[in-house]
Amino acid sequence: MGRYVLRRLLQAVPVFIGTTFLIFALVFAIPGDPIRALSGDRPVSPGTVAALRAEYHLDDPLLVQYGKYMVGLAHGDFGKSFTGRPVSSIMAERFPVTIRLALVAFVFELVIGLLAGIVAALRRRSFADTLVLVTTTLIVSIPVFVLGFTLQLLLGVKAGWFPVAGTADGWYSYLLPGLVLAALSLASVARLTRTSLVENLRSDYVRTATAKGLSRRRVVGRHALRNSLIPVVTYLGIDLGSLMAGAIVTEGIFNLPGIGQQVYLSVRNQEGPVVVGIVTALVLVFIVANLVVDVLYAVLDPRIRYE
Amino acid sequence: MSLRSIRWTAGVAVLALALAGCTGGGGGGQAASGKDISVYICEPQSLIPQNATEVCGAEVLAALFEPLVNYNAKSSKMEMTGVAKSIDSTDEKTWTIKLKDGYKFSNGEPVDAASFARGWNAGAYGPNAYQGASFFERFQGYDDMQVPKGAKPGTKPKASQLSGLKVIDPLTLQVTLSAPFSQFPVELGYTAFYPLPRAYESDPKKFNEAPIGNGAFRMNGTWKHNEQIATTRNDAFPGGKAKVGGVAFKIYSNINTAYNDLLAGNLDIMDALPPERVADARGQLGDRFIEAPSSQFNYLGFPMYDKRFGNPDVRKAFSMAIDRDAIIKAIFNGAYTPAASLVTPMFGNSGNPCGETCTFNPAKAKQLLAQAGGFTGTLDMWFNSGAGHDKWVEAVANQLRQNLGITDVRFHSLDFAQYLGKLEADQITGPFRLGWVADYPSSQDYLQPLYATGASSNFFEYSNKKVDALLAEGDRAPSVEAGQTKYNEAEQQILADFPNIPLWFQKIQGARSDRVQNVQIDVFTRIHLADVTVK
Repeated sequence: MGRYVLRRLLQAVPVFIGTTFLIFALVFAIPGDPIRALSGDRPVSPGTVAALRAEYHLDDPLLVQYGKYMVGLAHGDFGKSFTGRPVSSIMAERFPVTIRLALVAFVFELVIGLLAGIVAALRRRSFADTLVLVTTTLIVSIPVFVLGFTLQLLLGVKAGWFPVAGTADGWYSYLLPGLVLAALSLASVARLTRTSLVENLRSDYVRTATAKGLSRRRVVGRHALRNSLIPVVTYLGIDLGSLMAGAIVTEGIFNLPGIGQQVYLSVRNQEGPVVVGIVTALVLVFIVANLVVDVLYAVLDPRIRYE
Repeated sequence: MSLRSIRWTAGVAVLALALAGCTGGGGGGQAASGKDISVYICEPQSLIPQNATEVCGAEVLAALFEPLVNYNAKSSKMEMTGVAKSIDSTDEKTWTIKLKDGYKFSNGEPVDAASFARGWNAGAYGPNAYQGASFFERFQGYDDMQVPKGAKPGTKPKASQLSGLKVIDPLTLQVTLSAPFSQFPVELGYTAFYPLPRAYESDPKKFNEAPIGNGAFRMNGTWKHNEQIATTRNDAFPGGKAKVGGVAFKIYSNINTAYNDLLAGNLDIMDALPPERVADARGQLGDRFIEAPSSQFNYLGFPMYDKRFGNPDVRKAFSMAIDRDAIIKAIFNGAYTPAASLVTPMFGNSGNPCGETCTFNPAKAKQLLAQAGGFTGTLDMWFNSGAGHDKWVEAVANQLRQNLGITDVRFHSLDFAQYLGKLEADQITGPFRLGWVADYPSSQDYLQPLYATGASSNFFEYSNKKVDALLAEGDRAPSVEAGQTKYNEAEQQILADFPNIPLWFQKIQGARSDRVQNVQIDVFTRIHLADVTVK
């Protein structure tokens, strides 16, 4: 197992170099002069434009720009945004917000999604099962921004139960956005858990376990559920990454200064270093999350071995 | 896990959620306490005055700094209520600025001639690459402050101080321009002309995070990026003292969210509203809905280097075929005023200087176009994408189709950076949309950059010697007012040549909470925060 983990981590190195270069090249390929667009309708003096272009190495060819960026990176310098702020401090400011949001969403997803799925599976064709089916279908079919603005208007503006926007109320500010962000995946987790568990409950080994005289609790908890969770864990692992990367809409609606917002802005402003810095960090999150998922497989299913 | 325990956990989770919902009533927002108010802004690009040319940074800086001259909230006329006691010149080239005594920065440092010189030198210094640098182009010695073209990176400019800037004594500053400029006193109210304290020099980056100003408010803590910028009243301010205890500038990335926060009572003033909610706001908010004229001018320009648009009658026919009122009503919810001039009537020619050319008259338009030889081929309409221009450009195109019999219309939308690139390279093949915002109350600020031969925003490639001469005469005129007369003549001449179709002037549409009163927003979208009162 140790060697496996090490090998996987080593594989992350070329992935890291590849992604940074790809993202860098993509931002580079966006047409138009970012410095010129920075100042809107009013033209800036040519001296200012030249100075800024030189400062951000914008006149260099792609490979030179990338090289300079990587050299900086090796010295721990992530570059800076066009407004002169170091990317490292932008990331230090914004990642905690997104991580908090993703965690809250993940907990919602895990607790509500799993429970709803398990209840639905154990009580197939009951009222609870139908309820889960109907609500999850409904949630999946509503676009996130509709759900976000509706809940914000009803629970925030009208009822006043939750903060409308911002992070001023600490963790409490993250509850509503977390729920909105989790909604889609939560529905998927519930459906996935239900299907998987229903299948396993019908299988031979569960019948054998029941025939051996094991308690229902042991049959469901240790035998059926453990096996049923493999697809769910895969889904959750990948989803943790998407929760962090895909919060652009939710962060916008609830005015949470997270990385989703920043990536959106920086892509629009063609701020290469900012985009590369954040997206690379996200790639690392994906790599680690997938590694954890793969390790968890072995824990859930003893037949899986990586050596 | 038994079924029972599962059910129990589920119950707890639901209960916990419900509880969280119920007890949350008080925590729903942090309504500003006592005499403090909150104002909507977007994330500023910079809080160094010489580097802040966009509206969000400028809004904050206007609260933190007191300029040499102020602009009246209603008439937008220049008033000597700022730091300057007098601004005089005999030849409009060498100016003597005398300062009032008693102004101090919030760190106790006196506001003297040197502090203005410090700010202006920083703004003009090439390697700083500040956005407001172009405001110092008229100063003598500006060129020596720039890195020579094609020089090696890291080359320092010849000078680090404007030769045209002399501190005579602590309260007297002498400015020498490279050419006479009658409007010089008027532009001194703009953000780029704010003074800077010594603290800026020791660490500009730190200064950017917590600027030290000489205005009615001072920073309370540092700039919390993407969250808020908090200020408190500056009690040592000798000018008109603020009535509120402090202003928190809350930063939103989504204006819809900000408006929801205002409805929920967590936000006091917005100087803009989401366009799609203006109609609702007007009815719902009553007298809390704010409407005021803005300096923002929108036009449809012609690439005069394209032969098909070379005849002024063709351009005028296009203008007469556009029903501005109908578009403003149907698409903009009344957020604009139809334009019949190139300069807002608040500064420039009053009445209707454009005359019948800007009046909707489809019959005359058709006739005029026919006389001028008609229009053949595809009509290309250009605009920048992602900024909400699609609908109205399409509406304008439809009117041209209907009223001028143009059959083939094609739309070109590019993102702003690309769009500007095409405009600068003269690669536009049809009418293009652009806007213009004034920085100081003078027609010169609308006319020179857009219509002077070879000017920075003259994307029409318009050139008329008579206009150039009138603009120059205006610059040399013996007073602000005498200059304005010449600019007014220039405006008439440009309208006769018609390089662009004046479409409409924007209106500021904002809102306030019922806690605050006397919210005045001027044409430059500055909220006059020192005058706001709070219940």
